[in-house]
Order: sequence, then structure tokens, then C-alpha cells
Amino acid sequence: MLFVLETVISGALAGIMYSLVALGFVLIFKASGVFNFSQGVMALFAALTLVGLLSGTIPFTNTDNPALALPVWAAIPLTIFVMFIVAVLIEKFILRHLVNQEHIILFMAMVGLTYVFEGVGDMMWGSDVKVLDLGLPQGAWDWLFDTHDLYVEKIEMVAAATAAVLVTVLAVFFQKTRIGRALRAVADDHQAALSVGISLRNIWIIVWSAAGIVALAAGVMWGAKSGVQFSLSLIALKALPVLILGGFTSIPGAIVGGLIIGIGEKLVEVFSGELIAAAFAGLIEIDPGVFSATENWFAYVLALFFLMFRPQGLFGEKIIERV
Amino acid sequence: MNAAPNKKANGKAETLLSVEAVSLSFGGVKAIRDVSFDIKKGEIRAIIGPNGAGKTSMLNVINGFYHPQEGTITYKGKTRNQMRPHVAASQGIARTFQNVALFKGMTTLDNIMSGRALRMKCNIFWQMLYYGPAKKEELEHREFVEKIIDFLEIQHIRRIPVGKLPYGLQKRVELGRALAMEPDLLLLDEPMAGMNLEEKEDMCRFVVDVSEQYGTTIALIEHDMGVVMDLADRVVVLDYGRKIADGTPKQVQNNQDVIDAYLGVSHD
Ligand SMILES: Nc1ncnc2c1ncn2[C@@H]1O[C@H](COP(=O)(O)OP(=O)(O)OP(=O)(O)O)[C@@H](O)[C@H]1O
Ligand SMILES: [Mg+2]
Repeated sequence: MLFVLETVISGALAGIMYSLVALGFVLIFKASGVFNFSQGVMALFAALTLVGLLSGTIPFTNTDNPALALPVWAAIPLTIFVMFIVAVLIEKFILRHLVNQEHIILFMAMVGLTYVFEGVGDMMWGSDVKVLDLGLPQGAWDWLFDTHDLYVEKIEMVAAATAAVLVTVLAVFFQKTRIGRALRAVADDHQAALSVGISLRNIWIIVWSAAGIVALAAGVMWGAKSGVQFSLSLIALKALPVLILGGFTSIPGAIVGGLIIGIGEKLVEVFSGELIAAAFAGLIEIDPGVFSATENWFAYVLALFFLMFRPQGLFGEKIIERV
Repeated sequence: MNAAPNKKANGKAETLLSVEAVSLSFGGVKAIRDVSFDIKKGEIRAIIGPNGAGKTSMLNVINGFYHPQEGTITYKGKTRNQMRPHVAASQGIARTFQNVALFKGMTTLDNIMSGRALRMKCNIFWQMLYYGPAKKEELEHREFVEKIIDFLEIQHIRRIPVGKLPYGLQKRVELGRALAMEPDLLLLDEPMAGMNLEEKEDMCRFVVDVSEQYGTTIALIEHDMGVVMDLADRVVVLDYGRKIADGTPKQVQNNQDVIDAYLGVSHD
């Protein structure tokens, strides 16, 4: 039983990370109807920038100057500022020119953007695997282990707490403030939003900045665990099924969807082999080990299943075609 | 909102907006052909005409959704080849839409609050925290919005997502959102369409009150000739994108071209 609980917790913690990435997608999709294919690479780029600043890397030269290395408290705000500049550039050079274009054109632009991010990140900060050391606590949480015999890594708890705070701040921001209201207005009806003087450009810059910050958080958490390297950008692939589950426009959907997928894939990976082997016992001999690699595709199977029965996602509004 | 005296158009009143020789086409479709007219400060100016005459297109030109290929628009003394929606809104042009364009997922309150977008200036950092100045600002504007809600008699639907409201009330909320902008020029695209008699009468009363109490200049598209006769100071008539008449309701009503247009007499 304890082992099940441990599995659920570690699944939930991974799930929060997926939620974070999915949240970036949702924000941008809500405000501009653009599917930001580059969200994963954005996380990589943000993490690379942070590592670069922390270790005093001089951009485009691939050399470090330790004298320029910034402390954590300065490097994080500066990275956020860089993500803001990125948002401004994306609005100015891409979105502004593609308003009212077909979805597929916007999508292609995002695919292009992904490679630009990747290339620029490489050129600026180098392509070697980097260690991200923010002084986050490592190892297991002793107290839980001693008292409840549960093994939970500290860094995962920190990640979960950060994600929870971020999600709360964003939720309040988009629910309660003028800019939040403007964002929802734009998501609801472009023309009406324009008619009351809401500036689409500002809203886009704001959501892309927010997505950049969320990407930074995801990149940092992932990078602190497994190093900052190209594979980090692949977390975007995990966010896709989360979006299908939660609905492309729902913030709570992104959160719940992430948790379901995180927990689900861990449980399936750990227990499905034995269960299936037990079910077929006596009929055919099944090696439980065969099912140990489900983590990579379980999420997609679940998503496909969902697409068949609830294409708008758990929280998404019902899709009604206007005629 | 300060009450201003209602200045009916009398030839001496100042011109708030004039469009000069405007033409607009979409590919082969000529929506507006060489139309000129003006709107004077404080008046209710009706725009009428059969379906497809170009009335909505004209409003879209005025608030910058459409950019005409030819002609100019002079608003508050400044002449432009085209308006931009953001400029129009910040210069005091508000509008409603023929097919209600509300933020369906938001409440009545939030919809009308969104009309205050341009007047709220609190910076994003305070807003992030929803603290201090941001909260204070929100409350001040809330007070203003409550006045509009009282004025339109929609207190009971404050907290209801507008998508769930009946059509007539949605139109009223949309008017509320436009009024929240404290506009100098209010563009109303068929505000009474699809309403029953009682709702129509209410809406007429609101339009008259806005005009009389706040001196707001109004451009009104309306099919119901009774309403137009009652409300409008002057009427411009469009047909197939052309202006075919312009004058007081009486003059327009007796104009042979107008009668022909409405009876569907063939165009040469
Ligand atoms: N965005 C657009 N693209 C193509 N054609 C358009 C567009 N907007 C308007 N039109 C065309 O312009 C002409 C005038 O349309 P408009 O909507 O202005 O008419 P209207 O007078 O408002 O009619 P109604 O009384 O039916 O609302 C029509 O032929 C219409 O099809
Ligand atoms: Mg129309």
C-alpha cells in the first residue's frame, strides 16, 4: 500500500511539471488561438539563459568569464526580463503580421519559431549539457521517510510548491485584474475586445511573457534534476496529451490533466505488468517486465481515448461550429 | 458622467464626425460607394436602408474595423484616411454590434467593467499582486459600473454569465459596456432588432435618456421606421452602398427614391 502511495506521489509531482508546461500553451492559445509549438524549446532556452547568467557565459562566444557570473537572486529576474524581450520580439516580428491568417499558417510559424529558439539558444549559450545548480535541496525528504516510511525527493517537493504558487498567482491575475479581464475578453471575442480599446498587441506580449516565465519555472525544475540539455525541450511532448485531456483553453484543465497523466503513467508503468500477467495467468505466460516501458506512450493512448469521447477535454467548452 | 444640455442639430451645432466621399469594396463587392455625410454634436443620427445597403460597413469604417479604399474620415477635427479600432476607442467612439458581440463566458459585471479597460491605468506589477492601488482602482471603476447597471435596470443579472441571458438582455448589457467607455460618439447597430415590443420601448427610452442626460452623440442603425421617426434628429439613407437621401425623418419619409428603395423598385 505504501508503495502505491509513493508511486502516486511521485506521479503527481511529475504531473505538476506537465501542468506547468501545459499552462504555457493554454495561456497563449486562449489569447491568440495560436498553438505554441515552441513552448518546450522556450523552457530549454529559458533554462540555458539562466545557466549562462549564473556561470558568466559571454553570449555567442562559448566562453565563461567567472567575474561576470551573477548570483541567483539577480540571474532569475534578468532571465525573466530576457523572456519578456523575447515576447516583445515575437509579437513584433511574427504575430503582428499573421493576424487573421489560417490556423495552419500560424502553426507553421510556430514550428519555425521552435527551430529559431533552438538555434539561437545553441549559438548564444553553447550546446553542451549544463549543470544547473540553484542550491536547491537534493535527496529524499528525511522526515517523511523516518515517520511514514515514504520516499519523496526534496527537489520534487520544491518543484511542486513553486508550480502551485505560480498557478495560483496566474489564476488570481487572470480572474481578478483588469489585464486578466482583458485577456479573457480577447479570448472570447476579438472584435468586441478591440471595440472597447483593448490592445491585442499588449495582451499578446503579456501572455507570451507569462508563458516565458512558466517555461522558465519548468525548465529550471527539469534542468535541476536532469541537467540542461536538448532533451529538456521534449517535455512539450508530454504537455500535448495533458492539453487534450484538460481542454486547450482551460487553466484548471491544464492542472488536473497534468496530475491525471502524471499519476496515471506512473501507476500503469509500475503495476500494469503484474496485473495483466495475473489476469492471464494459466492461459498464457506473460512477462510483467514487458510493460515497464509504458511511461513513454501511456499518456498518448489516454489522450486518444479521450479524443473519442470528449474531444473538448475535461473542462473545455463544447465545440460548436458556427455556421 | 456630467449631464450636458441636449443640443439638437440645428445647423449651428458643431460637427463631430464627417465622412467624405468614402468608398469600400471587398473584392468585387462594392459595399459603400462614394458616401459623404456628417454627424453633429449631440444629435441622434439614424442610418437606414434595405438589407445589404452598407450600413454596418459604414459603422465599421467609422470605428476602424474596415479601411476604405477611398475617402476620408474627419473626427474631432482631425482628418484621416482610415481609423484604427484602438484610436477610435481611445478617442471616445464606442459601439454595439448587430449580432451581439459580448464576452459570453464573463458575467454582466465583467462585461461592463471591460468597457473601462482604457480608463484603468494601474501598472502590471500591482495587478500581479492584486494589491494596493490595483484593488483601489478596481473598486472606483466598479462604482461607476454600478451606476450604469442601475441606469439600465439590470441589477438582477449582475453575476450571470451573459451567454445564459435572453437576447434582449444581452443587447442591454452590450449597451452598458459601450456606455462604460463614457463615449462621445456611440454607434448602435440595430439595438432593437429581435426584441419584443416592451423590450423595444425600454431600449428606446435608454437611447433617449443617454442622449438627453449625457449629451452623447449617437449614430443609430434601425429598420423599424416608427423608432427612427421617434428618435432621430436626422436620417441618412443608404441603398446598394449609395447615399440616396439625407434629412429630417419627415423629409426622408416622403422622398421618392427612398420609397422606391424600400419597395424594391429595380435599379437601373
Ligand atoms: N467582411 C466582409 N467581406 C465581404 N463582404 C462584406 C463584408 N462585410 C460586408 N460585406 C458586404 O458588403 C455589403 C454591405 O453589407 P453590410 O453588412 O454593411 O449591410 P447592412 O446594410 O448592414 O445590411 P443588414 O441590414 O442586412 O445588416 C453586403 O453585400 C455584404 O455582403
Ligand atoms: Mg448590418
